Amino acid sequence: MGEFKVHRVRFFNYVPPGIRCVAYNNQSNRLAVSRTDGTVEIYNLSANYFQEKFFPGHESRSTEALCWAEGQRLFSAGLNGEILEYDLQTLNIKYALDASGGPIWSLAASPSGSQLLVGCEDGSVKLFEVTPDKIQFARNFDRQKSRILSLSWHPAGTHIAAGSIDYISVFDVKSGSTLRKMIVDRQHLGMTKSKCIVWGVAFLSDGTVISVDSVGKVQLWDSATGTLVKSHLIANADVQSIAVADQEDSFVVGTAEGTVFHFQLVSVTSNSSEKQWVRTKPFQHHTHDVRTVAHSPTALISGGTDTHLVIRPLMEKVEVKNYDAALRKITFPHRRLVSCSKRRQLLLFQFAHHLELWRLGSTAATGKNGDTLPLSKNADHLLHLKTKGPENIICSCISPCGSWIAYSTASRFFLYRLKYVRDNISLQRVSKMPAFLRSALHILFSEDSTKLFVASNQGSLHIIQLLEGSFKHLHSFQPQSGTVEAMCLLAVSPDGNWLAASGTSAGVHVYNLNHLKLHCTVPAYSFPVTALAIAPNTNNLVIAHSDQQVFEFSIPDKQYTEWSRTVQKQGFHQLWLQRDTPITHISFHPKRPMHILLHDAYMFCIIDKSLPLPNDKAVLYNPLPPKDESDVFLRRTTHAFKISKIYKPLLFMDLLDERTLVAVERPLDDIIAQLPPPIKKKKFGT
Amino acid sequence: MVEEGSIRVVRCGGSQLNFRRAVFSADSKYIFCVSGDFIKVYSTATEECVHILHGHRNLVSGILLNPNNHLQLYSCSFDGTIKLWDYLDGILIKTFIVGPKLHALFTHSQAEDSVFVTISKEEPDIFQLVSVKLPKSSHQEVEAKELSFVLDYVNHSPKCIAFGNEGEYVAAVRDFYLSVYFFKRKKTANFTLPSTKNKKNAKNTFTCVVCHPKEDCIASGHMDGKIRLWRNFHDDRKYTYTCLHWHHDMVMDLAFSVTGTSLLSGGRECVLVEWRDGTEKNKEFLPRLGSTIEHISVSPAGDLFCTSHSDNKITVIHRNLDASAVIQGLVKDRSISTGLMVDPRTKALVLNGKPGHLQFYSLQSDKQLYNLDIIQQEYINDDGLIQIELTKAAFGCSGNWLATVEQRQENETELELQMKLWTYNKKTQGFVLNTKITMPHDDHITALCFSNVENYGKPTLVTASKDGHFKVWILTDDSDIYKKAVGWTCDFVGSYHKYQATNCCFSEDGSLLAVSFEEIVTIWDSETWELKCTFCQRAGKIRHLCFGRLTCSKYLLGTTENGILCCWNLLSCSLEWSAKLNVSVMEPDPNSENVAAVSQSPVGSDLFVFKPSEPRPLYIQKNLSREEVQWGVFVPRDIPESFTSEALQWLNRSQFYFLTESQCLLTFSTKSPEEKLTPTSKQLLAEESLPTTPFYFILGKHRKQPDEKLNETLEKELVQLPLTENIPAINELLHTPAHVLPSASFLCSMFVNSLLLSKHTNSAEEMPDDIDMDEEKESDDSDEENDFTEKAQETNTTDLGEDIIHQLSKSEERELRRFRKVDYSWIAML
Repeated sequence: MGEFKVHRVRFFNYVPPGIRCVAYNNQSNRLAVSRTDGTVEIYNLSANYFQEKFFPGHESRSTEALCWAEGQRLFSAGLNGEILEYDLQTLNIKYALDASGGPIWSLAASPSGSQLLVGCEDGSVKLFEVTPDKIQFARNFDRQKSRILSLSWHPAGTHIAAGSIDYISVFDVKSGSTLRKMIVDRQHLGMTKSKCIVWGVAFLSDGTVISVDSVGKVQLWDSATGTLVKSHLIANADVQSIAVADQEDSFVVGTAEGTVFHFQLVSVTSNSSEKQWVRTKPFQHHTHDVRTVAHSPTALISGGTDTHLVIRPLMEKVEVKNYDAALRKITFPHRRLVSCSKRRQLLLFQFAHHLELWRLGSTAATGKNGDTLPLSKNADHLLHLKTKGPENIICSCISPCGSWIAYSTASRFFLYRLKYVRDNISLQRVSKMPAFLRSALHILFSEDSTKLFVASNQGSLHIIQLLEGSFKHLHSFQPQSGTVEAMCLLAVSPDGNWLAASGTSAGVHVYNLNHLKLHCTVPAYSFPVTALAIAPNTNNLVIAHSDQQVFEFSIPDKQYTEWSRTVQKQGFHQLWLQRDTPITHISFHPKRPMHILLHDAYMFCIIDKSLPLPNDKAVLYNPLPPKDESDVFLRRTTHAFKISKIYKPLLFMDLLDERTLVAVERPLDDIIAQLPPPIKKKKFGT
Repeated sequence: MVEEGSIRVVRCGGSQLNFRRAVFSADSKYIFCVSGDFIKVYSTATEECVHILHGHRNLVSGILLNPNNHLQLYSCSFDGTIKLWDYLDGILIKTFIVGPKLHALFTHSQAEDSVFVTISKEEPDIFQLVSVKLPKSSHQEVEAKELSFVLDYVNHSPKCIAFGNEGEYVAAVRDFYLSVYFFKRKKTANFTLPSTKNKKNAKNTFTCVVCHPKEDCIASGHMDGKIRLWRNFHDDRKYTYTCLHWHHDMVMDLAFSVTGTSLLSGGRECVLVEWRDGTEKNKEFLPRLGSTIEHISVSPAGDLFCTSHSDNKITVIHRNLDASAVIQGLVKDRSISTGLMVDPRTKALVLNGKPGHLQFYSLQSDKQLYNLDIIQQEYINDDGLIQIELTKAAFGCSGNWLATVEQRQENETELELQMKLWTYNKKTQGFVLNTKITMPHDDHITALCFSNVENYGKPTLVTASKDGHFKVWILTDDSDIYKKAVGWTCDFVGSYHKYQATNCCFSEDGSLLAVSFEEIVTIWDSETWELKCTFCQRAGKIRHLCFGRLTCSKYLLGTTENGILCCWNLLSCSLEWSAKLNVSVMEPDPNSENVAAVSQSPVGSDLFVFKPSEPRPLYIQKNLSREEVQWGVFVPRDIPESFTSEALQWLNRSQFYFLTESQCLLTFSTKSPEEKLTPTSKQLLAEESLPTTPFYFILGKHRKQPDEKLNETLEKELVQLPLTENIPAINELLHTPAHVLPSASFLCSMFVNSLLLSKHTNSAEEMPDDIDMDEEKESDDSDEENDFTEKAQETNTTDLGEDIIHQLSKSEERELRRFRKVDYSWIAML
């Protein structure tokens, strides 16, 4: 593996925004997640829970509700009173429509998907018809006294239940009139609260309405008579979310104490048809409020203020015990937020509304393997670059020479020229960037910092020649005819001849930059690409997919390399395939052409192509490098994968020079320390 | 006059009441619990023991109500039999001989004529659940050998097996496994919990299991204090469970209420928890139950619960979680450090019981009389907490004084020692603390004894300690100007060459004090506290020391650790005799010269009874018990027996009780086992169980008067009546309890036939005399005022041989005759 001097960077003060809503789409097996800053992320549950798409947030948009309608159309509504539809192809917002009822608290699509309901601050429930390219206001339901916090359709589409403050109303969809009002109890363990907020309702096909409320109760109501059937007191704090399985045999609720409870419909005795709802397992995977839950056929999904997206599989529903059966916690985005200028040893950190530029510290000391060296010069915060406008930064990049910084938001593209005069730094914005560059999904500088590559959400790639203080648009690769799929990953060869680009689902395209034409397309693979890189000298393209497969494709030969074929023939180690975070970065050692360096959030790995591949019996994670080279046993057990798990969670790792690595870590404890304090719970024995 | 038999070692009460779950009768009036070889029937209202069901020859290991007749009780025992009892009358109905040792018993209402038992396989510690078919037979003893296998590798404890949904399935837990066997499908579903891999799951072990009475739900208790409610266990994959967690230590037992709406759980916290609706948030507590809850049971009527505790106590609890009654047996929770003593006043056995308490236990009624709180500090049940322990106690001056020693040792150097002296207060009928002495010695107190005779009117106490001193404490006037208060002060400190004082003993007349210092015995004059002489045998440290009594008061006995029993003559100051005997317990009889010594050998314990004057033992009982005998004591008899045979004479005045290592209280009995059984199991008790209300007395007398008149008339007319005793049909009719009789129509013809006069009555001449005698006796008795005592006497006076069962009690005979008389006259009139 070799010895490296490692810059262990922990000053990337990144806090992911909390999760507000999740919506599960059964047809495409995708999960939409909205965060408190308005970001919406799409996870592909079939592709190993990879975050394949995202929509940048906006300061004025706070998403309060998210739903899928009419197959795979995604809608959201928020406190600015607008209903938004997202374009999943081009990754931008299709349109926004004001519902004119004040802030919107809840949104629900009808079981057929052709109608949308919104619940507003003023107590109105509005019905919208979903037309092929827009939504159309249809009518208002009976106005209620206070805000409608939750909505649920009867599976037949004839009735709806709406949770408000202190009561639940049942509406008839045809007439729009209130049929029942069910008053919820404000009592909590003998104490009367000032009001009881119904945070969530669910309408079952047998007419049962399940409500969750702020006094910690899960209650089952008979909507036909308006009576309370059963009440489960499960928490001392609010129960904030509910989701029911499609089969209606189980549901899940999330509480403000961070606990997720699973309820199941079980038969009372084996030989009777009578069934009852029973609280079964509690899951404590969150430290803070569970703001939202979803119920996929095989898993319970929850998210909340503590920024984790937790996917807890239901063991009884999982067919095979593979990596799908493991609990998953997704905290960090599956894209890069850090870029690095190797020459100047600079790191650029991307935040939602600003960029930070840091110079790495240095040391004069030397030491043994495993020693912590004292810093002779501390890391330097060089630049704090705030964006203009309310939009979030989509992506950013610093050039390898360190003199260019580029970033883009949904509406604009920014390019800055940096000048270093001794210790001072001057920043100059390059003006008049063309409009077609806006909402770029990936920005990349060529190795010699003379060219800028921009992948736009329209599927086209732009090449821009950088001159001293200005730019020139060289070329645009237009997408394949008919497709408008956004390109989101780029890789350029160090010699500047080749550019590889991959979209959200289609294969990887390789362009010849000298002739400015498409060179070839790597055969399509069923899982999305998570990282791309082109090796120096050989011009081999290394592609990592979300199912943890790694391919090596020779660009000059237009075929997979011999090593890649061997790997595919033998297969990866079982443990390698069971890792649950995608590989987010690939790089190469300039002096060791046989090495591929890659990392995900929990490990850093060097693949040595010259060594044999491990079989399933071999130990994949070798904790210590062989100290004594003559050790026969160790030599016999060495294999191509050298894995280090010292640094985690790892957001970025790259080679600065032959003997220096930089690792950017973001310890979870530091994130939790920046969150609001959780609800205090008495712990036994303290 | 009791016939003299051979001596047997018998268990004499004080057995564990908490060995198995207690069982309620269907009407919640009675509670049944196992008690050694017996089953005890207690009244839930009065806490009194109503019956003792004798019959098993080994530990009773399970009791259950007969699901098809709630007036009957099944029991199983280590002796390999299942017995069916009529608990109201205390009659053994049937015995089913199964064979192997039975560890637990289960039934359910759907299992017709079969019960389930756990038996051990050939290998130890492997148990299986089998069903036993109980054959239908009219015989008293039936062989039930038809066993069919149900489940293998079960836990021997009955808490780990439960039947659910009217016997559709049985759930058994063991280690980390839950197995559910479905009888209809003949399939077993197994569920495993993650085991010791990590710290979190290390204590997942199952401890107990119960089934919901109405729903398909199994509740299991775990080592880490969790309760899991399993549902959907019909499906190996879709099963699911909920956790309820309140206990911080292991869940000892669980019980569902009759309707299944609430679940009860208990453990080391001594708190009964009621979980309502199976939800974690909705629970009620009954705290401060005194000691670890071992078992919980629920009455079939649903109005009562009961908890069995580790201190041999059963608490009856109302549905609204109010403890209503406490049935307390002999507390045998912890090691007995005080030894066995007899309270001279109550003749109760005294030993340390609950932590920090001295218990007074009545041997006659097998019942705890009361607890004396010695340490007077709240006991905190926690592992690793070093408690104050009550180590020594002694009674003095015919029960007027009680001395107790308590100690707490955190480590080698820190010793907290306290001696308390208690005086008996006649007004409150209890002991009151008089003097508290902190650190009476610098080291452990090894012995303390009172002088039997008051020294110049002053009670005297001697304590011996490891610090090399013995101290004499006397009662003096306290420095009160009214000279009313009294207290104990140290009068004399003696030592001998800095040896540790190990034992002390006063002679019977109180004139001499013997104190042993390791290997040396010193004799002191109790008036001047002058060292009189020393004995040294160089045979190891002295273990016991005692003076002879009555005619043998000139002897001093001592036992050493090297297994020598020495007897010194105090007049000649020389060794009288010695014997090689490894004595572990030596106890003098306070009422005779006899001394009992129990010697320890690898095979078992042997008992020797001897007089100090002669080295030849009066009585030897080999193999007293397999275990080591820890303590023994002579308890004076209330009424002296008069055994004439030499081997039994030593039991005339006192009875010897001893306690083995496993804390079994045993004694000697001369009665044969059959004899012991007679009083309860072979007589009808229906009449006695009538409550003695004022109405009873009135009605009883009213009923009596016509009887007498009838008898008078009978005297004249009774000529041709046959002897009813000899008619088997009537006997059977009258001796069988009403609820097991066939229908009246079935019996009628047989009954009438039996009443018809046969022409060849050969007993007709003898008969009138017989009856005349009876009548005379009857009229004598009726002169007495109390009808009740008369009936009791009748049962006693029945001088019956072995055929007692075929005889009628007099009152019944009378009743029958009257009936027949009337009947007869009516026929004559026709």
